[in-house]
Amino acid sequence: MSEPVSIAASPAAAPGRKPSFSLPAALRGWVLPLLLLLLWWLAVSLGWSKSPLLVPVSQVWHTAVEQTVSGELWRALRSSLWRDLLGFAIGASAGLIFGTVLGLSRLFESLLGPSFHTLKQISLFAWIPLLSVWFGLGDAAKVAFLSLAAFFPVVLNTFEGIRSVAPELIEVGRVFEFSRWQMLRRVVLPSALPSVFAGIHLGLIYAWLATLGAEYLLVSGQGIGNTLIDGREHFKMDLVLFGVIVVGLVGFALNWLASQLEHRLLAWRGRSVAQYE
Amino acid sequence: MSQTLRLPDGALAQAAPAPGSPASGALTGGPLPLLRRAGRALRPWLLPWAVPLLLLLLWWVAARQGWIAPQVLPSPEDVGTTLVELVRSGEMADNLWISAQRVLFGFGVGASAGLLLGVGMGLSPRFKDYVYPLFKAFSQVPVLGWLPLLMLLVGIDGALKIILISKAALVPVALNTAKGIENVPNRYVEVARVFGFTRWQLLSRVVFPAAAAPIWNGIRYGLTHAWLALVVVELLASSEGLGFMIVYGRQLFQLDVVMAAVIVVGAVGFALDKLLALVEVRLLRWRRVGF
Repeated sequence: MSEPVSIAASPAAAPGRKPSFSLPAALRGWVLPLLLLLLWWLAVSLGWSKSPLLVPVSQVWHTAVEQTVSGELWRALRSSLWRDLLGFAIGASAGLIFGTVLGLSRLFESLLGPSFHTLKQISLFAWIPLLSVWFGLGDAAKVAFLSLAAFFPVVLNTFEGIRSVAPELIEVGRVFEFSRWQMLRRVVLPSALPSVFAGIHLGLIYAWLATLGAEYLLVSGQGIGNTLIDGREHFKMDLVLFGVIVVGLVGFALNWLASQLEHRLLAWRGRSVAQYE
Repeated sequence: MSQTLRLPDGALAQAAPAPGSPASGALTGGPLPLLRRAGRALRPWLLPWAVPLLLLLLWWVAARQGWIAPQVLPSPEDVGTTLVELVRSGEMADNLWISAQRVLFGFGVGASAGLLLGVGMGLSPRFKDYVYPLFKAFSQVPVLGWLPLLMLLVGIDGALKIILISKAALVPVALNTAKGIENVPNRYVEVARVFGFTRWQLLSRVVFPAAAAPIWNGIRYGLTHAWLALVVVELLASSEGLGFMIVYGRQLFQLDVVMAAVIVVGAVGFALDKLLALVEVRLLRWRRVGF
């Protein structure tokens, strides 16, 4: 954490300012969400709108409990997450291999690089209709799509990580007369690792996004996306709101997991790199 | 495979302008035969075509020989003629125009809101304390998560598309702007204090120029995300636009229409990215001359 730049308050002005009322920083983040919740609650209890879409907070809570207890939520989550992780695993491993080869070999880069960069430009979701023709509407198409979603960011970041290995490091490796394998294992991969992780992190987020998209567009089977679609079709606002919260929480959890892993695995690098300022 | 791991040399060769390499060849040994020299100069332009051409050939042969049903994979000629037809009849242009309007409008709204929010969060830690957690929670749910909710709230008309596209653009712009401003090195601000800059001078001469690169990066991401969001939204809820063409072609099993539309989607995404990269070079040119 770097010190925030104090642009707002110059030190000269600070002492002159009256000590006004202010919340402790840790609590400030709760103000807006609580206000929104209050507004919602007021809107319902004062009957500002007769729309059936304005469901009371308690009903969302009710739906949440019901879905959790009946096991509906877990079934949906399990199939979504299973697909997500399977697709991610396939896409990320393929991406790692492809990105490494692309980064190490100039020949491969000139052969495949431009094709890859062109394909990358196609908006991800535009693949779904084609994939659905080729793989059907079932899990195969979804997993294929998810792997594609994870593939692109992993390739890009692996490639860039390997390309930006400092030449000095390679020179040191040469001085030590490292074999090609040693060079790869001891020099190239470790110094490309942060970028590779950034790619994996992105891939994980994209795959989750794609899981939802796949469930919307290839409507068959179970999943959290299907829950949302169901809620919308039956005008069950409570179910939709609950689904949105679950989607956000899962995204958050995946994100957190990835950062933790990254932190752990990159701990050997120390903090000096981040604080060169 | 001999060039594996010869990273630094390769990197240097890449960095040097292409015409430089024959000269170095002339220095190290005898003059290269003209043909080989020409071949070497052309190599970077020829090699990238090898794989796509091979695939195209395979695709063409597969379609020709009837290995794959045309409903599953139409022949390249079919896709080509369909593309030309769609362009000629103006159908492509109409749909493209509709999609472009949606993206530009949504992106405009989202990026401006994102800039304001980002500048606010970057400049005032207090504002950030209040807003950031909610913003974070809001951005944690992807565009697709909001879609069913918004469909219930605003229907599937124009408003839905604009809201979702602006959300897609807002998040990266706001995040990058805030980070860019926060990361302005303290010593720049100190120098400005020494010069007795007013707050406005501090912002316009120090903070914004120093944060220009990350902000622009955010804008680029924002546009890419906006384009991505547009395609999704049009795939799911639309009766016109490029995404709709894709869905429509899929429903009628006219994969040639699907592929033609996908090609246009890719081309536009590519063009947008290139355009912004060009503008970036323009906008940030001073940085190279600066020091």
